Amino acid sequence: MNPRWLLLKRNLLDFWKTFRRNRMGLAGAFLVLTAILAAVFAPLLTPYTPTETMRDAEGRALTFAPPSVHAPLGTDDAGRDVWTQLVYGARISLTVGFLAGFIAMFIGSLFGITAGYFGGWVDNLLMRLTDVLLVIPDLPLILVLVATVRQLELKVSPLVILILVIGLLYWTSTARLIRSQVLTIKERQYVYRARAIGAGNWHIVRKHILPQIMPLIVANTVLILSTAILIESGLAFLGLGDPTQPSWGTMLNFAFDRNAVSNGAWWFYLPPGLAIIWATLGCVLLGNVLEEMLNPRLASHHLEGEQSIVTQP
Amino acid sequence: MTSTEPLLSLRHLSTEFSTTDGTVARALEDVSFDVHPGQTVGLVGESGCGKTTTLLSIMRLLPVTARITSGQVLFNGKDLLALSETDMRRYRWKELSIVFQGAMNALNPVMTIGEQIREAIILHDLMDKTHANRRVNELLDMVGIAPSRRDQYPHEYSGGMRQRAMIAMALACQPCLLFADEPTTALDVMVQAQILELLQKIQRLLGLAVVLVTHDLGVVAEVCDTVVVMYGGKVAENGPVDEVYNAPQHPYTQRLLEAFPDLNRPAGSLAVIPGTPPRLNALPPGCRFAPRCHKAFERCRVEAPAETDLGGGHTAACHLLEKAEAHQ
Amino acid sequence: MNRRDYLLRKIFFSLVTLAVVVVLNFLLFRVLPGDPVRAVIGRNVRISADTQQALREQFGLDRPVFPDQFLTALGQWARGNLGVSWSLRKPVSEVLLAKLGNTLLLIGLGQILSIILGVALGLLAGWKRKTAVDVGALTFSLIAWAIPTFWLGIILLAAGSTWLGLPTGGIVSPSNVGKPLYTVLPDVTHHLILPTLTLTILYMGEYMLIMRSSIMEVLGEDYILTAKAKGMSHWQVLRKHALKNAMLPIVTLIAINLGFTVSGAIYVETVFSYDGLGKMFQTALVKQDYPLLQGAFLLLAVSVILANFLADILYTYLDPRVKAS
Ligand SMILES: Nc1ncnc2c1ncn2[C@@H]1O[C@H](COP(=O)(O)OP(=O)(O)O)[C@@H](O)[C@H]1O
Ligand code: SF4
Ligand SMILES: [Mg+2]
Repeated sequence: MNPRWLLLKRNLLDFWKTFRRNRMGLAGAFLVLTAILAAVFAPLLTPYTPTETMRDAEGRALTFAPPSVHAPLGTDDAGRDVWTQLVYGARISLTVGFLAGFIAMFIGSLFGITAGYFGGWVDNLLMRLTDVLLVIPDLPLILVLVATVRQLELKVSPLVILILVIGLLYWTSTARLIRSQVLTIKERQYVYRARAIGAGNWHIVRKHILPQIMPLIVANTVLILSTAILIESGLAFLGLGDPTQPSWGTMLNFAFDRNAVSNGAWWFYLPPGLAIIWATLGCVLLGNVLEEMLNPRLASHHLEGEQSIVTQP
Repeated sequence: MTSTEPLLSLRHLSTEFSTTDGTVARALEDVSFDVHPGQTVGLVGESGCGKTTTLLSIMRLLPVTARITSGQVLFNGKDLLALSETDMRRYRWKELSIVFQGAMNALNPVMTIGEQIREAIILHDLMDKTHANRRVNELLDMVGIAPSRRDQYPHEYSGGMRQRAMIAMALACQPCLLFADEPTTALDVMVQAQILELLQKIQRLLGLAVVLVTHDLGVVAEVCDTVVVMYGGKVAENGPVDEVYNAPQHPYTQRLLEAFPDLNRPAGSLAVIPGTPPRLNALPPGCRFAPRCHKAFERCRVEAPAETDLGGGHTAACHLLEKAEAHQ
Repeated sequence: MNRRDYLLRKIFFSLVTLAVVVVLNFLLFRVLPGDPVRAVIGRNVRISADTQQALREQFGLDRPVFPDQFLTALGQWARGNLGVSWSLRKPVSEVLLAKLGNTLLLIGLGQILSIILGVALGLLAGWKRKTAVDVGALTFSLIAWAIPTFWLGIILLAAGSTWLGLPTGGIVSPSNVGKPLYTVLPDVTHHLILPTLTLTILYMGEYMLIMRSSIMEVLGEDYILTAKAKGMSHWQVLRKHALKNAMLPIVTLIAINLGFTVSGAIYVETVFSYDGLGKMFQTALVKQDYPLLQGAFLLLAVSVILANFLADILYTYLDPRVKAS
C-alpha cells in the first residue's frame, strides 16, 4: 500500500480517537450532518411540495392550522406545510451559507498566506484593510450594498447577491488567523532550506506551507459557515432573501410579517429559528473542537486552586 | 558543620504532577536537605530536574495539577505542609520570600514598582503607609535603584533593574530565608555578575539564609556554603561545597565537575553529559541516572540507591557508596 | 512607543477608515443607474416640485463626477446635509437626529447591563475554571452566539406579551405619545424591558467569553504567582493584580463591538417596532429610500469610528505600556 496513504490513515485514526472522546465535537458533527442530510433528502422527508396549499374537505385553505398528523408542524398563513418548507429551506440556508463561507475562506486564506508569506508592505496593506473592515459596522454596510446592487436590476437571483456580499465581507478573521500561522511556519528550518536550494515561492507555499495550515483552514471554515448561515438568516429576515426560494430566514420574515406571533402560530415561527440554531450550533461546536485539537490551550492557571497535600506528619 | 538547628529542613519530600495525557510525572522523590540560618545553599542540576518544583513545594505555590505525596517541610521545627492555607499565607514573604526565574514577567505591568513593593509590607501589617513608603525608598536604595524611580512601571526598567526591584521586593518584609530561582538567567553577563554581587552583599548585610538555584557551578563555588546536586527529581549528592568539589562521590557530580575543570571560570555548563535526563512520567526502574551513568552495573537497573551518609553533612545516593560503607 | 506616537497612529488610522467610508458611500451613490432624480420621480410621482429641485441641486448632475460632484458631496456631508429622504420627504439629517436618541437609549442600556453581567460572569467562569459556573457560562455564551438576534427577539416578544403582559412594540403606549419623556417614564421602562433584554442576552455572551479567556490568560502569568507568593489570598490577587490587566482587552472590545451592537439594534428595533435608527434603516430598505439608507450608514459608520478612537484614547490612560499590537 502507498506509504503516504498509510501515514494519512494513521493520523486520521489518531485524530478520530481524540475526537471521539470529545462529546462536544461529536454533538456538533451530528447536528451538522443531520442538517445536511435533511437538505439533500428533502423530497423523501415529506409528501408535499413547499408551495402546495393544504385544503380541508370543502376546498378552503387550511391557514395557520396547528400541528396535526397531516402537517406535523402545522401550516402557515397560506395553508402551506411548515415541515415541508423547513426541509426545503435547509437547502437554501445551507447552500447560501456554505457557498458564502467557502468564498470567505478562500479570500481569507489567500490574503492570509500572501500577507504572512511576503510580509513587508503587502502584509501591512492587507492587515490595515482588515482593520478598516473590522471597524465599519457590518450589517448597515451589507444592507446598503445589497440595496444598491438590487437597484442595478441585474438578472441574478437575490441569493447570488447574498452569497457574494457575505463571502466578500467575512474573510478578515480567517486572514488574520492564517497569517499568524504562516508567520510561524515561515520561520521553520525546512522553509529556509527549501529557499536556500532555490525553491520558488509557489513551490514553498504549496509543498511546505499549505499542508501545514490546511487543518487550521478546515477548522476555521467550519466556524465561518456558522457565521454565514446566521448572517444569511438575518438578511433574509429583513427581506433580502428570495421569496420564491424561502430559506429559514425568509420563513421567519413571512411569519413575522404575517403576524404569526399575534395569531399564536408558534409552529410557524419556532421551527425555522430552532433549525438555524441547530445548524450554527453544530458548526460552532465542530469548529471549536477542531481548532482546540489543533491548537491546545492553557492547561491550568495560578488561581485554579492549591496543590493537594496528602502527607501525614 | 553547623551546630545550630536548621532553619529549614526538607524531609523525604515527594511531589508529582498529573499530566494532560493521564500519566503522573514524579517530579520530586524523597528530597531531603537542610538550610541553616545565614547559610547559602546552592541547588544545581539540569533543566527539568525539579529545582523550581522544590522551591514551589516549600512555599506551597504549586499548580492544582500537583500533589505533594509525602514528606515534611520543617521551618524552625514547624511543618509547613501541616498548616492551613490561611496560616501558610502568613509565612509567605514574611518568613520565606522568593525571586523568580525571569523577572521579565514576574512584575505586574500595570502597577508601579513602588506600589508593588509597598503592597507586600502593608499586606503583612508591618507598618502604616508613611512608614511603608519610607521603607520602599530604603529598599530601592539598598539594591541600587534611585528612589525617584519608584513611581515608574516595569516596562520603563531595564532587565537588570527589574531583577533588582524583585530583590528589593523580596526583602520588603525582612524574611529570614530567601529563595532565588536562577535569578540571573536571561540577563547579560555583566549584569549577571552585578546581581550576584548584590545578592551576596545583602546576604551578608542582613544575615539571610539563601537558597540559590543556578546552572552555574562557578557561582556555587564562589557564593555557596553547601551544595545540593539534583538529578531527575532526586538529590544525587549534598554536602559542603569544598568537600563536594574536591572529592565528589556521586558519578553524576563527578561527571559534572570533570566537565567543569576550572572552578574559577564562571562559564560552566551542565549540558555536557551524553544522553538526556529521564522523562518523569516514564522513569527507568532502579537508579534514575543509570541510563547515562558510566559506572552503572546490574543492580543499578533494578534497585534505586538509598542515601548514604558520608559524614560531615555529606550524603550521596549511589550503590557504589553503599558498598564502601558496608566494607568499612 | 510613547503616547504621542500611539495617538498619532490612531488618528491616522481613523482618518483612513473615515476616508474609506466616505468614498465608499459616494461610489455606491454614483452606482445608481441613470438619473437618480428621474428614477425617483418616475416611481414616486407625489414628490413635490420643491423636493425635485432640492434633489437636482444636491446631485449637481450636470457637472463631472470627479472632482466636482465628489467635492460637493463631501462639503454637503461635512455640513450635515445628507440629502432628502425619498419616502419621508424630509432632510435625512433631520430624520436621523430625531431617531438617534431612542437608539442610544436602547443600545446604552443593553451595553451597560451586558458589560456588567458579562464581565462579572466571565471573570467568575475563568477563575473557577471547569466548575459548574464555568460550564454554565460557556453553554450560555455558546447558545447566545448561535441564536439569531431577531428570532430571540420574536421569542421574547411572544413569551413576554403572552405571559407577562408586556407591550409588543413601540416606545410608549399610544395614549402617551407626545407627552414629555419624564412624565411617562414607567410606561417607557415597560416598553424597554423586552428589547433591552434581547440585546443584553445577545451581547453578554460575547463579553463573557472575552473576559473568561482574558482572565485565564492573565492568571497564567508569572506576576500572579509573585502576588500569591507575597501571601495574598486568591481574592486579593484577583482584585489587585488580575482584574485591571484582564479588563484592558474589554475596553478595546467594547469599541470594536459597536459595529456589532448596531447590527443588533437594527434587528431588535425591527422586531419590537422600536422607533429608532435601526427600525428606520429597515423601513428605508423596504421602501428603497436610498438617501436615507446612505445617510444612516454614514452616520453609523462615523459614530463607530469615533467611538473606536475614543476607546483608543481611554486605553492610553489605562495601560501604562501603551503598546500598539
Ligand atoms: N505544571 C507542571 N505540570 C506538569 N509537570 C510539571 C509542571 N511543572 C514541572 N513539571 C515537571 O517537573 C519537572 C521539574 O520541573 P522544574 O521543577 O521546573 O525543573 P527545573 O526548575 O529544575 O528546571 C519537569 O521535568 C516537568 O516534567
Ligand atoms: S547507583 Fe549505579 S547508576 Fe546510579 S549513580 Fe550509582 S553507579 Fe551510577
Ligand atoms: Mg526552574
